[in-house]
Amino acid sequence: MTHLTVLPIAVPLIAGALLVALRPLASRWLTDLTSLAAIGAAIALCAILLAKAARQPFAYWLGGWRPNHGVTVGISLSIDPFGVGLALFSAVLVAAATIYSIRYFDAVDGLFQVLMLLFCAAMLGFCLTGDLFNLIVFFELMGAVAYALTAHRVEERAPIQGALNFAITNSIAGYAMFVAVALLYARTGALNMAQIGATLDGHPADPLVIVAMTMLFAGFLTKAAAVPLHFWLADAHAVAPTPVCVLFSGVMIELGIYAVARIYWVIFAGPMHAHLIALRAILIATGVITALVGAVMCTVQRHVKRLLAFSSISHVGLFVCGIGLFDPHALAGIATYVIGHGLTKAALFMCAGVLLHRFATIDEFDLHGRGREVPAAGVLFAAGGLLLAGIPPFTIFAGKSLLEQAADTTGCSWLIAVFVIVSALTGGAVLRVAGRVFLGWGPAEGPDPQQEQAARERVDENLDRREHTPPTMLLTPAVLLALAAAVALIPGAIPAIAQGAAQFTDHAAYQAWILRSLPVHWPTAASSHVSTEDVLYGIISTAGALAAAAIGLFGRPLREALPRRLGVPAVSVIHGLRRLHSGHIGDYIAWWTAGVSLLGGACLLALR
Amino acid sequence: MSFIPFATAAWLFVIGLWGIVASTNMVRTVLCLTVVQSSTYLVLVGIGYRSGGRAPIVADIPAVTKLVDPTVQVLVLTDIVIEAAVTALLLALVVQAHKRFGSVDPAELRTLKD
Repeated sequence: MTHLTVLPIAVPLIAGALLVALRPLASRWLTDLTSLAAIGAAIALCAILLAKAARQPFAYWLGGWRPNHGVTVGISLSIDPFGVGLALFSAVLVAAATIYSIRYFDAVDGLFQVLMLLFCAAMLGFCLTGDLFNLIVFFELMGAVAYALTAHRVEERAPIQGALNFAITNSIAGYAMFVAVALLYARTGALNMAQIGATLDGHPADPLVIVAMTMLFAGFLTKAAAVPLHFWLADAHAVAPTPVCVLFSGVMIELGIYAVARIYWVIFAGPMHAHLIALRAILIATGVITALVGAVMCTVQRHVKRLLAFSSISHVGLFVCGIGLFDPHALAGIATYVIGHGLTKAALFMCAGVLLHRFATIDEFDLHGRGREVPAAGVLFAAGGLLLAGIPPFTIFAGKSLLEQAADTTGCSWLIAVFVIVSALTGGAVLRVAGRVFLGWGPAEGPDPQQEQAARERVDENLDRREHTPPTMLLTPAVLLALAAAVALIPGAIPAIAQGAAQFTDHAAYQAWILRSLPVHWPTAASSHVSTEDVLYGIISTAGALAAAAIGLFGRPLREALPRRLGVPAVSVIHGLRRLHSGHIGDYIAWWTAGVSLLGGACLLALR
Repeated sequence: MSFIPFATAAWLFVIGLWGIVASTNMVRTVLCLTVVQSSTYLVLVGIGYRSGGRAPIVADIPAVTKLVDPTVQVLVLTDIVIEAAVTALLLALVVQAHKRFGSVDPAELRTLKD
């Protein structure tokens, strides 16, 4: 029974290898069927493991190398509800993206499905492993597959550049983490996360531990795309095939957030406990900058996929703030939010894919009014915008209320303003696109002729137009949006997530069940109730989103009437921000180096 | 334990990053990436080194012999495998970039300017 634990990773890997071997023989439907069967099996296995872990988390030791009196040299898969729940979520999104891709591509050579299976295996391994080195290896595997998927349409120009930027930035992040693992191994002689945490407990944080922590945080925050380590993300999202974007935004970048939380609570919670306030300030500052830069960049985009990409960066900023609160309720809020955001963003990318598939362009102004031909996509797109804005009482709203309550109790209630601004701006941008594309509202010409030309030069995927949209391409996002609305409304879902968060943040208990196989019992988490204030914030952010959309559509005269003293600096700030996103890999790495040095310097100064 | 491998590793990491920032040729960018990565090998092997230790092949030596740490050497191997795959992929992309853009200067790749 326990050997089942490795199968969620092994099944997609083996199926992928089989598909490569049988590629000359397999027909299109056989390839699709095999990959869907493998992903379906992974989903079922994750669900079984989740049911088991919800009763009692457990560790599986590969090769039977079990710990001896609380000391281990073995490699574990550490199955707790959060890790396996995230694995289940990843597998579900891979299934949705695969179903969507069946009709999205006219011709696929079978390698696409293979890469999707490998991507699935890497993500599941990343969620399930209890070993720090394996975590980095799965990070690298996930990366290598993701670079190849980004450049899948290698005959076009933009995907090549996007993939190069993505690959170089993320590889450097990976190498920084290798060094961090080496430093921690030098200090503790261990690679198992629980063992490293146990060895570091009781010692004060010294520079070596601080440097290792900074490099691990920087690496995973690069994957999560925190500013200024985020430059690769918009490029990769703008050029990757739509089913791949679904996975990138839906779950891959959130895995970076998961890893930051995991390594903090398992490894560094002991030595860092005395420096919680300083570390909180650093993370919240990073998160707020990320959230605001992402939200501003999101509203000024006209390339719809880039717009959605910056919206993801903005939401990642909220998650980083949530981690920085170091509170189980905040973590439960992030988990709920990640589910809602992942499903909504996946559906929105799928709707963008419908437009691209049909009209061979993804430029907001080129598409002005043309979306009337596919009204169903318009309804879905607008619904996605409202969900993203945090309209009560759906999943994103539920997650955000938990985060807001945690911010309030930790004395950071000003963060609520940031949350509301982000929801309003990112939701508003999506609603604006819905209004312009599907209803033909607002002017058909963009405000900036330079940007217009850049949009023309950009080469996009699927250059043929089509008269017809396959029903699966509308059905899949509809199902995802229905899920995004419903998850938090299922009775018992939020308390279960809160319970999982309480387990996740219990540093001592994690070591007990992994290193000593001790059964652990947690008191049932107090279920939090949504207060009137939360509903009020939800209504404010939804109204703000509608207002932002209206200003985006009809506000051009208003903008021109703005006093120069106010208008000129705002425009130059936005111009400056956009010039930073130059597409030049050298610039990106310079920013990455500066960001990591700043993070490291701040940690070394503040955590002494 | 000598500080030389670690100082060299830090130097390689930084000079590799500088190479990527300043590069005008994507082939050089990819090679600089491997320079950054080679710093991780040095850190790992440097950590496992014990002065006077023998290679960790335990078949025909007395059990009490001092050995260098084999774990980090295994990590280096994994690291090299990853590097081989990623470098191959990146160089293939650079070849494609040369075909499509007619240039391998990152400043000439201008499809993603915001």
